Amino acid sequence: MAQTRSFNPYTENGGTILAISGQDFSVIAGDTRQSEGYSIQTRYAPKVFRLTDRAVLAVNGFAADGNMFVKKVKQRLEWYKHAHSKDMPLKAIARLIQTMLYAKRFFPYYVYNILGGIEEDGTGAVYSFDPVGSYEREACRAAGAAQSLVQPFLDNQIYFKNQVAAPGTTHPAHLPLPDVLSIVIDSFTSATERHIEVGDGLEVYIVLAKGRDLQDFEAIRARNVHLTQELTVTEDGERIFVMRLDLKKD
Amino acid sequence: MDHFPTNWGRPRNDAFDAYGTYPIHQRPNNVKDTFAEGVQHTQQPIVTGTSVLAIKYKDGIMMAADNLASYGSLARFRDVQRLHAVGNHTVLGASGDMSDFQYIRSLLDDLVIEEFTEQDEHTLGPAEIHEYLSQLMYARRSKLNPLWNSLLVGGYKDGKRFLAYVDLLGTTYSASTIATGYGSYIAQPLLRKAVEGREDTLTELEAQAILEESLLVLFYRDARSLDKYQIAKVTEGGVAISESMALKTSWSFAEGIRGYGAQTQ
Repeated sequence: MAQTRSFNPYTENGGTILAISGQDFSVIAGDTRQSEGYSIQTRYAPKVFRLTDRAVLAVNGFAADGNMFVKKVKQRLEWYKHAHSKDMPLKAIARLIQTMLYAKRFFPYYVYNILGGIEEDGTGAVYSFDPVGSYEREACRAAGAAQSLVQPFLDNQIYFKNQVAAPGTTHPAHLPLPDVLSIVIDSFTSATERHIEVGDGLEVYIVLAKGRDLQDFEAIRARNVHLTQELTVTEDGERIFVMRLDLKKD
Repeated sequence: MDHFPTNWGRPRNDAFDAYGTYPIHQRPNNVKDTFAEGVQHTQQPIVTGTSVLAIKYKDGIMMAADNLASYGSLARFRDVQRLHAVGNHTVLGASGDMSDFQYIRSLLDDLVIEEFTEQDEHTLGPAEIHEYLSQLMYARRSKLNPLWNSLLVGGYKDGKRFLAYVDLLGTTYSASTIATGYGSYIAQPLLRKAVEGREDTLTELEAQAILEESLLVLFYRDARSLDKYQIAKVTEGGVAISESMALKTSWSFAEGIRGYGAQTQ
Protein backbone atom coordinates (compact mmCIF):
# COMPACT_ATOMS: atom_id res chain seq x y z
CA MET A 1 0.00 0.00 0.00
CA ALA A 2 1.16 3.45 -0.80
CA GLN A 3 2.47 5.32 2.17
CA THR A 4 0.21 8.11 3.41
CA ARG A 5 1.59 11.42 2.23
CA SER A 6 2.94 13.73 4.88
CA PHE A 7 3.81 16.59 2.53
CA ASN A 8 1.39 19.48 2.90
CA PRO A 9 1.27 21.47 -0.37
CA TYR A 10 -0.38 24.48 1.30
CA THR A 11 0.58 27.22 3.70
CA GLU A 12 -1.02 30.45 4.86
CA ASN A 13 0.75 33.75 4.16
CA GLY A 14 -1.35 36.19 6.19
CA GLY A 15 -2.38 39.67 5.17
CA THR A 16 -5.76 41.18 4.48
CA ILE A 17 -7.59 42.58 1.46
CA LEU A 18 -10.63 44.79 1.19
CA ALA A 19 -12.80 46.32 -1.54
CA ILE A 20 -15.65 48.84 -1.49
CA SER A 21 -17.70 50.01 -4.45
CA GLY A 22 -19.40 53.37 -4.85
CA GLN A 23 -21.81 54.87 -7.36
CA ASP A 24 -19.17 55.49 -10.01
CA PHE A 25 -15.93 54.23 -8.46
CA SER A 26 -14.41 51.21 -6.81
CA VAL A 27 -11.66 50.99 -4.20
CA ILE A 28 -9.56 47.83 -3.79
CA ALA A 29 -6.92 47.65 -1.08
CA GLY A 30 -4.51 45.21 0.52
CA ASP A 31 -1.62 45.33 2.95
CA THR A 32 1.84 44.38 1.67
CA ARG A 33 3.15 42.13 4.45
CA GLN A 34 3.83 38.48 3.63
CA SER A 35 4.29 36.15 6.56
CA GLU A 36 4.47 32.49 7.48
CA GLY A 37 3.81 31.50 11.06
CA TYR A 38 5.32 34.15 13.32
CA SER A 39 7.93 35.23 10.74
CA ILE A 40 7.60 38.20 8.42
CA GLN A 41 8.96 37.04 5.07
CA THR A 42 8.89 40.44 3.40
CA ARG A 43 7.41 43.88 4.05
CA TYR A 44 6.51 44.39 0.42
CA ALA A 45 4.72 41.66 -1.52
CA PRO A 46 1.77 43.12 -3.45
CA LYS A 47 -1.59 41.34 -3.16
CA VAL A 48 -3.55 43.73 -5.39
CA PHE A 49 -3.12 43.69 -9.17
CA ARG A 50 -4.36 45.82 -12.07
CA LEU A 51 -5.96 43.51 -14.64
CA THR A 52 -7.38 46.08 -17.07
CA ASP A 53 -8.19 49.79 -16.92
CA ARG A 54 -11.45 48.94 -15.17
CA ALA A 55 -10.65 45.78 -13.22
CA VAL A 56 -8.45 45.18 -10.21
CA LEU A 57 -7.96 41.81 -8.50
CA ALA A 58 -6.93 41.29 -4.88
CA VAL A 59 -5.76 37.82 -3.80
CA ASN A 60 -5.20 36.53 -0.28
CA GLY A 61 -4.33 33.20 1.29
CA PHE A 62 -1.53 30.94 0.01
CA ALA A 63 0.81 33.35 -1.79
CA ALA A 64 2.25 30.85 -4.30
CA ASP A 65 -1.25 29.89 -5.44
CA GLY A 66 -2.25 33.56 -5.49
CA ASN A 67 0.62 34.58 -7.75
CA MET A 68 0.01 31.64 -10.08
CA PHE A 69 -3.70 32.40 -10.22
CA VAL A 70 -3.16 36.08 -11.05
CA LYS A 71 -0.65 35.08 -13.71
CA LYS A 72 -3.18 32.76 -15.34
CA VAL A 73 -6.03 35.28 -15.16
CA LYS A 74 -3.83 37.92 -16.80
CA GLN A 75 -2.89 35.44 -19.51
CA ARG A 76 -6.57 34.68 -20.24
CA LEU A 77 -7.33 38.41 -20.38
CA GLU A 78 -4.49 38.94 -22.86
CA TRP A 79 -5.82 36.15 -25.07
CA TYR A 80 -9.29 37.71 -24.87
CA LYS A 81 -7.88 41.06 -25.95
CA HIS A 82 -6.07 39.55 -28.93
CA ALA A 83 -9.26 37.72 -29.94
CA HIS A 84 -11.76 40.54 -29.48
CA SER A 85 -9.73 43.79 -29.62
CA LYS A 86 -11.16 45.05 -26.34
CA ASP A 87 -10.77 44.49 -22.63
CA MET A 88 -12.97 41.85 -21.05
CA PRO A 89 -15.93 43.40 -19.18
CA LEU A 90 -15.89 43.15 -15.38
CA LYS A 91 -18.80 40.73 -15.03
CA ALA A 92 -17.17 38.45 -17.61
CA ILE A 93 -13.89 38.51 -15.67
CA ALA A 94 -15.88 37.53 -12.58
CA ARG A 95 -17.38 34.52 -14.36
CA LEU A 96 -13.97 33.62 -15.79
CA ILE A 97 -12.50 33.62 -12.30
CA GLN A 98 -15.30 31.34 -11.11
CA THR A 99 -14.64 28.76 -13.82
CA MET A 100 -10.88 28.96 -13.31
CA LEU A 101 -11.27 28.38 -9.56
CA TYR A 102 -13.80 25.59 -9.96
CA ALA A 103 -11.61 23.86 -12.54
CA LYS A 104 -9.31 23.16 -9.61
CA ARG A 105 -12.15 22.04 -7.34
CA PHE A 106 -10.32 18.91 -6.20
CA PHE A 107 -6.91 20.56 -5.69
CA PRO A 108 -8.02 24.12 -5.05
CA TYR A 109 -6.12 27.36 -5.27
CA TYR A 110 -6.10 28.19 -1.56
CA VAL A 111 -6.91 31.81 -2.30
CA TYR A 112 -9.70 34.23 -1.48
CA ASN A 113 -10.27 36.60 -4.40
CA ILE A 114 -11.89 40.03 -4.45
CA LEU A 115 -12.44 41.65 -7.83
CA GLY A 116 -13.23 45.34 -8.01
CA GLY A 117 -13.82 47.75 -10.86
CA ILE A 118 -16.35 49.43 -13.11
CA GLU A 119 -19.17 47.58 -14.85
CA GLU A 120 -20.18 48.27 -18.45
CA ASP A 121 -23.07 50.43 -17.18
CA GLY A 122 -20.56 52.69 -15.38
CA THR A 123 -21.37 51.59 -11.82
CA GLY A 124 -18.72 50.65 -9.29
CA ALA A 125 -18.69 46.94 -8.46
CA VAL A 126 -17.10 44.44 -6.11
CA TYR A 127 -17.17 40.67 -6.64
CA SER A 128 -15.98 38.32 -3.92
CA PHE A 129 -15.06 34.63 -4.34
CA ASP A 130 -14.35 31.65 -2.16
CA PRO A 131 -11.42 29.34 -3.05
CA VAL A 132 -13.55 27.02 -5.22
CA GLY A 133 -15.38 29.72 -7.17
CA SER A 134 -18.63 30.63 -5.40
CA TYR A 135 -19.09 34.32 -6.04
CA GLU A 136 -21.47 37.22 -5.69
CA ARG A 137 -21.55 40.94 -6.41
CA GLU A 138 -21.48 43.05 -3.27
CA ALA A 139 -20.99 46.64 -2.16
CA CYS A 140 -18.08 45.76 0.08
CA ARG A 141 -16.02 42.79 1.26
CA ALA A 142 -13.01 42.11 3.45
CA ALA A 143 -11.03 38.86 3.29
CA GLY A 144 -7.95 37.32 4.80
CA ALA A 145 -6.35 37.25 8.23
CA ALA A 146 -8.27 40.25 9.60
CA GLN A 147 -11.57 39.57 7.85
CA SER A 148 -13.21 38.96 11.23
CA LEU A 149 -12.04 42.35 12.42
CA VAL A 150 -12.79 44.40 9.31
CA GLN A 151 -16.02 42.96 7.90
CA PRO A 152 -18.20 43.85 10.93
CA PHE A 153 -16.81 47.38 10.77
CA LEU A 154 -17.78 47.61 7.09
CA ASP A 155 -21.23 46.16 7.80
CA ASN A 156 -21.72 49.02 10.22
CA GLN A 157 -20.11 51.81 8.20
CA ILE A 158 -21.11 50.85 4.63
CA TYR A 159 -24.37 48.94 5.11
CA PHE A 160 -25.32 51.01 8.23
CA LYS A 161 -26.14 47.81 10.13
CA ASN A 162 -27.31 48.53 13.71
CA GLN A 163 -27.65 52.21 12.87
CA VAL A 164 -30.94 54.04 12.85
CA ALA A 165 -31.31 56.95 10.45
CA ALA A 166 -32.27 60.29 11.95
CA PRO A 167 -36.06 60.82 11.88
CA GLY A 168 -37.28 61.74 8.42
CA THR A 169 -34.05 60.69 6.72
CA THR A 170 -32.69 57.51 5.15
CA HIS A 171 -29.21 56.05 4.96
CA PRO A 172 -27.41 56.92 1.72
CA ALA A 173 -27.26 54.11 -0.88
CA HIS A 174 -23.71 55.03 -1.87
CA LEU A 175 -20.93 56.76 0.02
CA PRO A 176 -18.75 59.45 -1.57
CA LEU A 177 -15.14 58.60 -2.47
CA PRO A 178 -13.44 60.58 0.34
CA ASP A 179 -15.57 58.78 2.96
CA VAL A 180 -14.79 55.38 1.44
CA LEU A 181 -11.05 56.08 1.39
CA SER A 182 -11.14 57.13 5.03
CA ILE A 183 -12.97 53.92 5.96
CA VAL A 184 -10.46 51.82 4.02
CA ILE A 185 -7.43 53.44 5.63
CA ASP A 186 -9.00 53.28 9.12
CA SER A 187 -9.81 49.59 8.56
CA PHE A 188 -6.19 48.80 7.86
CA THR A 189 -4.66 50.91 10.61
CA SER A 190 -7.04 49.23 13.07
CA ALA A 191 -6.37 45.73 11.71
CA THR A 192 -2.64 46.47 11.97
CA GLU A 193 -3.08 47.33 15.66
CA ARG A 194 -4.95 44.14 16.49
CA HIS A 195 -3.66 41.49 14.07
CA ILE A 196 -0.03 40.40 13.93
CA GLU A 197 -0.21 39.32 10.28
CA VAL A 198 -1.31 42.74 9.03
CA GLY A 199 0.99 45.73 8.58
CA ASP A 200 4.08 47.19 6.86
CA GLY A 201 2.40 48.87 3.91
CA LEU A 202 -0.97 49.57 2.32
CA GLU A 203 -1.78 49.69 -1.38
CA VAL A 204 -5.09 51.29 -2.32
CA TYR A 205 -6.26 50.98 -5.93
CA ILE A 206 -8.89 53.50 -7.00
CA VAL A 207 -10.87 52.86 -10.20
CA LEU A 208 -12.89 55.82 -11.47
CA ALA A 209 -15.70 55.47 -14.00
CA LYS A 210 -15.35 57.03 -17.44
CA GLY A 211 -16.13 60.74 -17.47
CA ARG A 212 -16.45 60.96 -13.69
CA ASP A 213 -15.98 64.37 -12.07
CA LEU A 214 -12.49 64.27 -10.55
CA GLN A 215 -12.85 67.20 -8.15
CA ASP A 216 -13.14 65.15 -4.94
CA PHE A 217 -10.36 62.81 -5.97
CA GLU A 218 -7.97 65.59 -7.00
CA ALA A 219 -8.37 67.09 -3.52
CA ILE A 220 -7.29 63.80 -1.94
CA ARG A 221 -4.53 63.34 -4.49
CA ALA A 222 -3.14 66.81 -3.80
CA ARG A 223 -2.58 65.81 -0.18
CA ASN A 224 -0.74 62.62 -1.19
CA VAL A 225 1.01 63.63 -4.41
CA HIS A 226 4.16 61.58 -3.94
CA LEU A 227 2.17 58.56 -2.77
CA THR A 228 -0.26 58.42 -5.68
CA GLN A 229 0.50 56.99 -9.08
CA GLU A 230 -1.75 56.78 -12.15
CA LEU A 231 -1.81 53.38 -13.88
CA THR A 232 -4.32 54.16 -16.65
CA VAL A 233 -3.27 52.83 -20.05
CA THR A 234 -6.11 53.67 -22.42
CA GLU A 235 -7.12 57.23 -23.29
CA ASP A 236 -10.64 58.45 -22.62
CA GLY A 237 -11.87 55.55 -20.48
CA GLU A 238 -11.89 54.50 -16.87
CA ARG A 239 -8.92 55.71 -14.83
CA ILE A 240 -6.90 53.74 -12.29
CA PHE A 241 -4.76 55.13 -9.49
CA VAL A 242 -2.76 53.48 -6.75
CA MET A 243 -1.95 55.09 -3.40
CA ARG A 244 0.89 53.59 -1.36
CA LEU A 245 0.75 54.32 2.36
CA ASP A 246 2.74 53.14 5.36
CA LEU A 247 1.39 50.90 8.08
CA LYS A 248 3.10 50.08 11.36
CA LYS A 249 5.92 47.60 10.91
CA ASP A 250 5.88 45.95 14.35
CA MET B 1 6.04 -27.09 -20.49
CA ASP B 2 4.26 -23.87 -19.90
CA HIS B 3 1.55 -23.52 -22.52
CA PHE B 4 0.87 -19.85 -21.83
CA PRO B 5 3.03 -17.86 -24.25
CA THR B 6 2.69 -14.69 -22.18
CA ASN B 7 4.68 -16.38 -19.43
CA TRP B 8 7.58 -17.41 -21.67
CA GLY B 9 10.79 -15.67 -20.78
CA ARG B 10 9.48 -14.60 -17.39
CA PRO B 11 10.57 -16.00 -14.02
CA ARG B 12 8.83 -19.29 -13.24
CA ASN B 13 6.90 -19.99 -10.10
CA ASP B 14 7.08 -23.74 -9.41
CA ALA B 15 4.55 -23.47 -6.63
CA PHE B 16 1.94 -22.56 -9.24
CA ASP B 17 0.09 -25.30 -11.08
CA ALA B 18 -0.07 -24.09 -14.66
CA TYR B 19 -2.38 -27.00 -15.64
CA GLY B 20 -4.95 -26.40 -12.96
CA THR B 21 -8.43 -25.83 -14.41
CA TYR B 22 -10.23 -24.91 -11.27
CA PRO B 23 -11.68 -22.36 -10.71
CA ILE B 24 -10.47 -20.95 -14.04
CA HIS B 25 -7.05 -20.92 -15.61
CA GLN B 26 -4.89 -18.04 -14.47
CA ARG B 27 -1.57 -16.70 -15.35
CA PRO B 28 0.87 -17.38 -12.53
CA ASN B 29 1.04 -14.18 -10.58
CA ASN B 30 4.77 -14.23 -10.09
CA VAL B 31 5.40 -10.91 -11.81
CA LYS B 32 5.76 -8.16 -9.27
CA ASP B 33 3.77 -5.08 -10.14
CA THR B 34 6.22 -2.26 -10.51
CA PHE B 35 3.62 0.25 -9.35
CA ALA B 36 2.24 -1.79 -6.44
CA GLU B 37 3.85 0.56 -3.91
CA GLY B 38 2.95 3.61 -5.91
CA VAL B 39 5.45 6.04 -7.26
CA GLN B 40 7.80 7.08 -4.48
CA HIS B 41 8.13 10.80 -3.89
CA THR B 42 10.42 12.75 -1.63
CA GLN B 43 8.58 12.76 1.68
CA GLN B 44 11.39 14.18 3.73
CA PRO B 45 14.85 15.58 3.17
CA ILE B 46 17.78 13.24 3.91
CA VAL B 47 21.12 15.00 3.59
CA THR B 48 20.41 18.60 4.48
CA GLY B 49 22.05 21.99 4.50
CA THR B 50 21.06 24.57 7.10
CA SER B 51 20.60 28.35 6.80
CA VAL B 52 21.60 30.57 3.89
CA LEU B 53 21.88 34.32 4.54
CA ALA B 54 21.89 37.14 2.02
CA ILE B 55 21.77 40.92 2.04
CA LYS B 56 21.80 43.81 -0.39
CA TYR B 57 24.65 46.31 -0.07
CA LYS B 58 26.08 49.28 -1.93
CA ASP B 59 27.73 47.35 -4.77
CA GLY B 60 25.36 44.42 -5.16
CA ILE B 61 24.35 41.45 -3.07
CA MET B 62 26.27 39.26 -0.67
CA MET B 63 25.32 35.70 0.32
CA ALA B 64 26.71 33.36 2.96
CA ALA B 65 26.31 29.70 3.89
CA ASP B 66 28.33 27.17 5.84
CA ASN B 67 29.93 24.04 4.33
CA LEU B 68 27.98 21.39 6.22
CA ALA B 69 25.59 18.80 4.83
CA SER B 70 23.98 16.96 7.75
CA TYR B 71 22.54 13.45 7.82
CA GLY B 72 19.94 13.98 10.50
CA SER B 73 21.90 15.13 13.51
CA LEU B 74 25.13 13.65 12.13
CA ALA B 75 27.52 16.22 10.67
CA ARG B 76 28.05 13.94 7.64
CA PHE B 77 29.72 16.05 4.92
CA ARG B 78 31.88 18.93 6.13
CA ASP B 79 33.15 20.31 2.83
CA VAL B 80 30.04 20.93 0.75
CA GLN B 81 29.54 24.04 -1.37
CA ARG B 82 26.02 25.39 -0.93
CA LEU B 83 26.58 28.59 -2.92
CA HIS B 84 26.79 28.24 -6.68
CA ALA B 85 27.20 30.63 -9.58
CA VAL B 86 24.60 30.40 -12.35
CA GLY B 87 25.80 32.23 -15.43
CA ASN B 88 27.72 35.45 -14.91
CA HIS B 89 25.24 37.56 -12.92
CA THR B 90 23.64 35.18 -10.43
CA VAL B 91 24.45 33.20 -7.33
CA LEU B 92 22.19 30.46 -5.98
CA GLY B 93 22.25 29.40 -2.33
CA ALA B 94 20.45 26.33 -1.04
CA SER B 95 19.28 24.93 2.23
CA GLY B 96 17.32 21.70 2.55
CA ASP B 97 17.95 18.47 0.65
CA MET B 98 21.37 18.48 -0.97
CA SER B 99 20.56 15.83 -3.60
CA ASP B 100 17.59 17.88 -4.76
CA PHE B 101 19.92 20.88 -4.91
CA GLN B 102 22.36 18.89 -7.04
CA TYR B 103 19.51 18.06 -9.41
CA ILE B 104 18.44 21.72 -9.57
CA ARG B 105 22.00 22.71 -10.41
CA SER B 106 22.15 20.21 -13.26
CA LEU B 107 18.89 21.67 -14.65
CA LEU B 108 20.27 25.19 -14.39
CA ASP B 109 23.57 24.23 -16.00
CA ASP B 110 21.66 22.73 -18.94
CA LEU B 111 19.55 25.88 -19.14
CA VAL B 112 22.57 28.17 -19.16
CA ILE B 113 24.23 26.08 -21.91
CA GLU B 114 21.06 26.13 -23.97
CA GLU B 115 20.89 29.92 -23.70
CA PHE B 116 24.60 30.24 -24.47
CA THR B 117 24.30 28.25 -27.70
CA GLU B 118 21.72 30.74 -28.96
CA GLN B 119 24.54 33.31 -29.24
CA ASP B 120 21.93 36.07 -29.31
CA GLU B 121 23.67 38.59 -27.05
CA HIS B 122 21.20 37.77 -24.28
CA THR B 123 22.22 36.15 -21.02
CA LEU B 124 20.09 34.92 -18.14
CA GLY B 125 19.96 37.33 -15.24
CA PRO B 126 18.94 36.66 -11.63
CA ALA B 127 15.30 37.59 -12.30
CA GLU B 128 15.03 34.97 -15.05
CA ILE B 129 16.77 32.31 -12.95
CA HIS B 130 14.43 33.04 -10.05
CA GLU B 131 11.34 32.89 -12.26
CA TYR B 132 12.51 29.57 -13.71
CA LEU B 133 13.12 28.17 -10.23
CA SER B 134 9.81 29.37 -8.82
CA GLN B 135 7.89 27.78 -11.71
CA LEU B 136 9.89 24.57 -11.23
CA MET B 137 9.33 24.46 -7.46
CA TYR B 138 5.61 25.28 -7.77
CA ALA B 139 5.12 22.66 -10.49
CA ARG B 140 6.80 20.00 -8.38
CA ARG B 141 4.79 20.86 -5.26
CA SER B 142 1.63 20.69 -7.40
CA LYS B 143 2.58 17.11 -8.35
CA LEU B 144 3.01 16.43 -4.61
CA ASN B 145 6.62 15.58 -5.41
CA PRO B 146 8.49 18.60 -4.12
CA LEU B 147 12.14 19.53 -4.40
CA TRP B 148 12.85 19.86 -0.68
CA ASN B 149 14.76 23.15 -0.62
CA SER B 150 14.65 26.78 0.39
CA LEU B 151 16.61 28.65 -2.25
CA LEU B 152 18.01 32.16 -2.36
CA VAL B 153 18.73 33.78 -5.70
CA GLY B 154 20.96 36.83 -5.66
CA GLY B 155 22.38 38.80 -8.51
CA TYR B 156 23.37 41.99 -10.20
CA LYS B 157 22.59 42.81 -13.80
CA ASP B 158 22.09 46.01 -15.82
CA GLY B 159 22.84 48.11 -12.75
CA LYS B 160 20.11 46.43 -10.70
CA ARG B 161 20.45 44.32 -7.57
CA PHE B 162 18.22 41.29 -7.19
CA LEU B 163 17.57 39.15 -4.15
CA ALA B 164 14.70 36.69 -3.83
CA TYR B 165 13.56 33.48 -2.16
CA VAL B 166 11.74 30.39 -3.36
CA ASP B 167 10.92 27.23 -1.41
CA LEU B 168 9.47 23.74 -1.81
CA LEU B 169 5.90 25.11 -1.84
CA GLY B 170 6.66 27.59 -4.62
CA THR B 171 6.35 30.50 -2.19
CA THR B 172 8.39 33.46 -3.40
CA TYR B 173 9.34 36.89 -2.12
CA SER B 174 12.08 39.45 -2.31
CA ALA B 175 13.50 41.69 0.38
CA SER B 176 16.72 43.52 1.16
CA THR B 177 17.69 40.84 3.70
CA ILE B 178 16.67 37.18 3.53
CA ALA B 179 17.59 34.18 5.63
CA THR B 180 16.41 30.58 5.24
CA GLY B 181 15.77 27.88 7.82
CA TYR B 182 17.04 28.45 11.35
CA GLY B 183 18.59 31.68 10.11
CA SER B 184 15.12 33.14 9.53
CA TYR B 185 14.62 33.06 13.31
CA ILE B 186 18.11 33.93 14.51
CA ALA B 187 19.91 35.86 11.77
CA GLN B 188 17.07 37.70 10.03
CA PRO B 189 16.40 40.12 12.95
CA LEU B 190 20.13 40.92 13.13
CA LEU B 191 20.34 41.44 9.37
CA ARG B 192 17.24 43.66 9.27
CA LYS B 193 18.55 45.82 12.08
CA ALA B 194 21.86 46.27 10.28
CA VAL B 195 20.67 46.61 6.70
CA GLU B 196 17.11 47.99 6.35
CA GLY B 197 17.31 51.57 5.09
CA ARG B 198 21.08 51.34 4.57
CA GLU B 199 21.12 49.19 1.40
CA ASP B 200 22.70 51.96 -0.68
CA THR B 201 25.44 52.96 1.74
CA LEU B 202 26.68 49.68 3.23
CA THR B 203 30.22 48.98 2.09
CA GLU B 204 31.55 45.58 1.13
CA LEU B 205 33.52 45.31 4.39
CA GLU B 206 30.52 46.30 6.51
CA ALA B 207 28.27 43.85 4.68
CA GLN B 208 30.74 41.01 5.13
CA ALA B 209 31.13 41.82 8.84
CA ILE B 210 27.34 41.71 9.30
CA LEU B 211 27.07 38.32 7.60
CA GLU B 212 30.02 36.86 9.51
CA GLU B 213 28.59 38.05 12.82
CA SER B 214 25.25 36.41 11.92
CA LEU B 215 26.97 33.15 10.92
CA LEU B 216 28.82 33.20 14.22
CA VAL B 217 25.60 33.58 16.21
CA LEU B 218 24.09 30.77 14.14
CA PHE B 219 27.09 28.55 14.81
CA TYR B 220 26.66 29.12 18.54
CA ARG B 221 22.90 28.40 18.47
CA ASP B 222 22.14 26.13 15.47
CA ALA B 223 23.17 22.55 16.23
CA ARG B 224 23.24 21.69 12.49
CA SER B 225 25.70 24.41 11.55
CA LEU B 226 29.45 24.55 11.02
CA ASP B 227 32.19 27.10 11.63
CA LYS B 228 33.41 26.67 8.04
CA TYR B 229 31.65 28.91 5.54
CA GLN B 230 31.82 30.68 2.19
CA ILE B 231 30.70 34.12 1.10
CA ALA B 232 29.51 35.00 -2.39
CA LYS B 233 29.47 38.51 -3.82
CA VAL B 234 27.66 39.55 -6.96
CA THR B 235 28.52 43.00 -8.27
CA GLU B 236 28.94 44.89 -11.53
CA GLY B 237 32.07 42.75 -12.05
CA GLY B 238 30.22 39.42 -11.80
CA VAL B 239 30.08 36.57 -9.31
CA ALA B 240 32.87 35.88 -6.82
CA ILE B 241 32.58 32.98 -4.38
CA SER B 242 35.23 32.89 -1.68
CA GLU B 243 37.28 29.93 -0.59
CA SER B 244 36.15 28.26 2.62
CA MET B 245 36.89 30.33 5.71
CA ALA B 246 36.72 29.57 9.42
CA LEU B 247 34.70 31.53 11.98
CA LYS B 248 36.65 32.93 14.91
CA THR B 249 34.84 31.47 17.86
CA SER B 250 35.42 32.16 21.52
CA TRP B 251 34.34 29.83 24.29
CA SER B 252 35.96 31.47 27.29
CA PHE B 253 32.60 32.88 28.40
CA ALA B 254 31.54 29.30 29.24
CA GLU B 255 33.78 29.45 32.31
CA GLY B 256 31.53 32.06 33.84
CA ILE B 257 28.21 30.28 33.32
CA ARG B 258 26.56 29.18 36.56
CA GLY B 259 23.23 27.54 37.14
CA TYR B 260 23.35 24.65 34.68
CA GLY B 261 25.88 22.32 33.09
CA ALA B 262 28.97 20.75 34.63
CA GLN B 263 30.44 22.64 37.53
CA THR B 264 31.72 21.87 40.98
CA GLN B 265 30.12 24.78 42.76
